[in-house]
Amino acid sequence: MSTVVEGAPAPATSGPAQSVLAYYPGCSLHGTEPEYDESLRAVVEALGIAIAEIPDWNCCGASSGHTTDHLLGLALPARNLALAEAAGFDRVLAPCAACYNRLAAAHLAVAEDAALAEQMPDILGRPFANSVDVMSVATLLRDVAPAIAEKAAAPRQTPNPMVGVKLASYYGCLLVRPPELAAGDDPERPMFLDDVVEACGAEAVDWNMKVECCGGAFSVSRTSSVLRMGRAIIEDARRAGAEAIVVACPLCHTNLDLRQKAMESRGEPKMPVLFITQVVGLALGLSPGSLGLKRHFISTEPLLADLAARAVQRVADERKAAEEKAAKAAAREAKAAEAKAAVAAEPVTPDAGGDA
Amino acid sequence: MTSSTPTLATEIEATTGINPATCYQCGKCSAGCPMASESDLRPHQVMRRVMYGSRERALQDESIWLCLTCETCSARCPKGSDPAGVIDALREISIESGMATMPRAIGAFHKTFLEQIRANGRLHEVGLVVGYKLRSGALMNDVTNTPGLLSRGKLSIMPHKIKGAAEVKRIFDKCGVNL
Repeated sequence: MSTVVEGAPAPATSGPAQSVLAYYPGCSLHGTEPEYDESLRAVVEALGIAIAEIPDWNCCGASSGHTTDHLLGLALPARNLALAEAAGFDRVLAPCAACYNRLAAAHLAVAEDAALAEQMPDILGRPFANSVDVMSVATLLRDVAPAIAEKAAAPRQTPNPMVGVKLASYYGCLLVRPPELAAGDDPERPMFLDDVVEACGAEAVDWNMKVECCGGAFSVSRTSSVLRMGRAIIEDARRAGAEAIVVACPLCHTNLDLRQKAMESRGEPKMPVLFITQVVGLALGLSPGSLGLKRHFISTEPLLADLAARAVQRVADERKAAEEKAAKAAAREAKAAEAKAAVAAEPVTPDAGGDA
Repeated sequence: MTSSTPTLATEIEATTGINPATCYQCGKCSAGCPMASESDLRPHQVMRRVMYGSRERALQDESIWLCLTCETCSARCPKGSDPAGVIDALREISIESGMATMPRAIGAFHKTFLEQIRANGRLHEVGLVVGYKLRSGALMNDVTNTPGLLSRGKLSIMPHKIKGAAEVKRIFDKCGVNL
């Protein structure tokens, strides 16, 4: 049975909505980055987390909204919080880092400013008690990392392809800044995505550019800046030995994946850019197709083929090592038994020394 | 200047609660700014102009429109002077006072983006790019990416209008944002 519910649950003050997360996909997940939506839905279903899309949600305005008008930048996301609240939810899940940032900024601004809290229902034309918390996909997955680790390590037919792969966790700006809205730990040296990556069995590399900006909203209007910033990020990940970059934001993905072919590559191989939900999905044994891995501009196929081959090799190596160990143990046991038998068979010689 | 005419710094403090005068010009903001190499004014220099009260020179400079709102400056500011918040405020004041000198491409993007939301409640990326091209004159920008986007199921041709589009339009009106 699917745990992904379409539409809103019945308005409820008590009951089901409390265990279901309101889902705010945002415009990018319905547009240029559908693979983030697909992989998120597949992963929460595999983990038994129920989500339901906020009915009739609107764009949060990032980043043109708050760039041009402070109040508009708060009111547009607030309408979505009001809709989630009316549908009986107490938490909203925002996979896009920019949407997360705007929803969380609106929640915080209204919580801290009594005058704004009073003004908001009039601006929205709806009741608004600001009772809904906002969470990012990164923190949701970090919170369930032990369950991911357990499922990822469980024996299964096709081995977990993510074991040992070197991944650079890229946070960018809006998951960690401003610090009062940070989705996780240290804003300069965050680890919450690294924790999820390691729960999948992968190796999170230590690198320098994890909180540098990718150029965000200038993707279309000032592409040259985005290419300069993206190139620096990808080169640093490569220097750190990463085989792929992991993101939790559709804008970061567009800038590092779609724009990568326009960056000077100096003959270097292309760097696949994976969503954190795709990494988790692969570790849980979901198929690349169901995770939208074929939609990327930088092909993920060479990496996936390599990982699959390495996983098969690893399982064979492990089996061989286990067999060798068992054989050695058996040999040791046999030797010990032989020795014991020899001792038992040996005639007991009387201690003649004293009589000599 | 009389006490009844607010300076730029006091105007920013009154509307945002940020006091730009707390900045002591250490330059840490500019050291981490990803757009510093492309901007005439780096964040600490913007702060300086605001403190000097050079209203026109602060509001008319293109640099405030090159800010990506990545918030690195504000996260690292040892004085909590929030340069990103000051720059946000400067952009808003410059639009209100008709002094904004944003680069054509960036202005075209923001305007088209907000028009889309005001009309439909959601962003429609094809509409955004087409409107942006017409407004910015960058007609050939990203043309080569179109087939790739289509074959990967990343472009929807028709916009999606939400049921509450009128509600969203009303929010724009209530916030006094006229496009």
